[in-house]
Amino acid sequence: MEFHINHPIIFVIVAVIVAAVLAQSVYFLVKAVKRAKEKGMDMTKIKKTVRSAAIFTIAPAVSIVIAVISLSQSLGIPLPWLRLSVVGSLSYEAIAAANAASGMGKSLADFVGNMDASSYISITIVMTVSIMVGIWLVPVLSKEIKNGLVSFEKKDAKWSGLLQNALFLGMISAFVGYVFCDIGRLWQSEGGIFTNSKGEQFTATSGLVPVLVMLISALLMVLCGLLMKKLKWKWLNDYALPLSMVIGMAVAIPLTSWLGGAL
Amino acid sequence: MKNNEKLSYIDSVHRDGTIWNLAMMVILLLFPVALCFIFDATPSWAGVWRGLLATAPMYWAVGVVETVTYIPMLGVGGSYLSFVTGNISNLKLPCALNAMENAEVKAQSEEGEIISTVAIAVSSIVTTVIIILGVVLIVPLNPILSSPVIKPAFDQMLPALFGALGVVFVSKNIKLAAAPVILMLLLFVFVPALNAGTVGIMVPVGVIFTLIYARILYKRNWI
Repeated sequence: MEFHINHPIIFVIVAVIVAAVLAQSVYFLVKAVKRAKEKGMDMTKIKKTVRSAAIFTIAPAVSIVIAVISLSQSLGIPLPWLRLSVVGSLSYEAIAAANAASGMGKSLADFVGNMDASSYISITIVMTVSIMVGIWLVPVLSKEIKNGLVSFEKKDAKWSGLLQNALFLGMISAFVGYVFCDIGRLWQSEGGIFTNSKGEQFTATSGLVPVLVMLISALLMVLCGLLMKKLKWKWLNDYALPLSMVIGMAVAIPLTSWLGGAL
Repeated sequence: MKNNEKLSYIDSVHRDGTIWNLAMMVILLLFPVALCFIFDATPSWAGVWRGLLATAPMYWAVGVVETVTYIPMLGVGGSYLSFVTGNISNLKLPCALNAMENAEVKAQSEEGEIISTVAIAVSSIVTTVIIILGVVLIVPLNPILSSPVIKPAFDQMLPALFGALGVVFVSKNIKLAAAPVILMLLLFVFVPALNAGTVGIMVPVGVIFTLIYARILYKRNWI
């Protein structure tokens, strides 16, 4: 069969794998809801969780579609569709694909309109094998970790609560730090232009955009909290995070045109 | 059947999760094998080796640390699902945290386990469906989603997400949050190697530092 990066047979295989992933999600959802009913949990809580998780997911999912589109130029549509629907993540896939291409002495751009079956399969193997850790490690470790945490909780509930908060805050602090990673462009630029080690150029003030976006979405979240408290707008609880996030993202458009970005 | 009845919810999640995850792993590994047969082609083994050498050691190391770090936060069911569906730190984990916070449940309780699993499962389903729609409608969507006007909004998704999520958790735990936030700020501002590509590696660093810091505060009764 003659190879093409968008060959219908590749679409069919990927569709089958994606359907299996969808089936796993549905299976776990049904299992959890069934258990909630057995336990007599407040089902409005479950309904609210479903609604708010669905709404929250829309914007990040669209950004994953954008990543599929950008990777599709060199790898076709089905492979990025698979990699970003199963195990993969936005930040990993582009790097894995680029490393796989450079392993064959090329860049991803060299494959645009010029991909043969052997190179495609090689890239697929590198992308698949590299990311394949958590999928088998969770079955190996999760029981031990969960049991450990439960026994912590029994022994010392206060420390257990603190430990959980420390885990969340550790992750959040890394992302808060990351938001500031380009602020150094302000004092490292020459004539208002910052040039990085790859020779890419940015305006000196471009590093302020993510900081301001973060502050705006944080302020919006505080405002939502105040509205919920003072005006008793409890319905806002389900929408506060997606609303603050999407408005923050939208504000990034005028902020970028004001403060600049990549040149 | 009797055995099933005796199995606790968490144990049955472990059993089912193990079957699902190992099956998905095999299916994923069979994908390139199937391509070899269908297109009668062999991979460039030297290229695969060099590509793996450049990618796998770092990804595997990060993968091990991420698994250990994320399991306590995602819960058992959420972990099995998240490590199959991916996009954990930018989507599944914030979604689970927000759901548990709104439902006022503790992560280690069975209620927390259920809420986290529901949130992650719904998020996975919605993501998969949106990606399918994106793939089906890629021709009309491409000019819109790739438009330079909209691009800055999606470039700033993570700052917008962690601004909104961060303010909730940081404001409730100011004492505990202060040191890790300041440390990460200093590291990301003054270490040029730290950027969007390395934030995933810094999550476990932030978590380990915060755990040690929390333990010190706790032992000295400062918190």
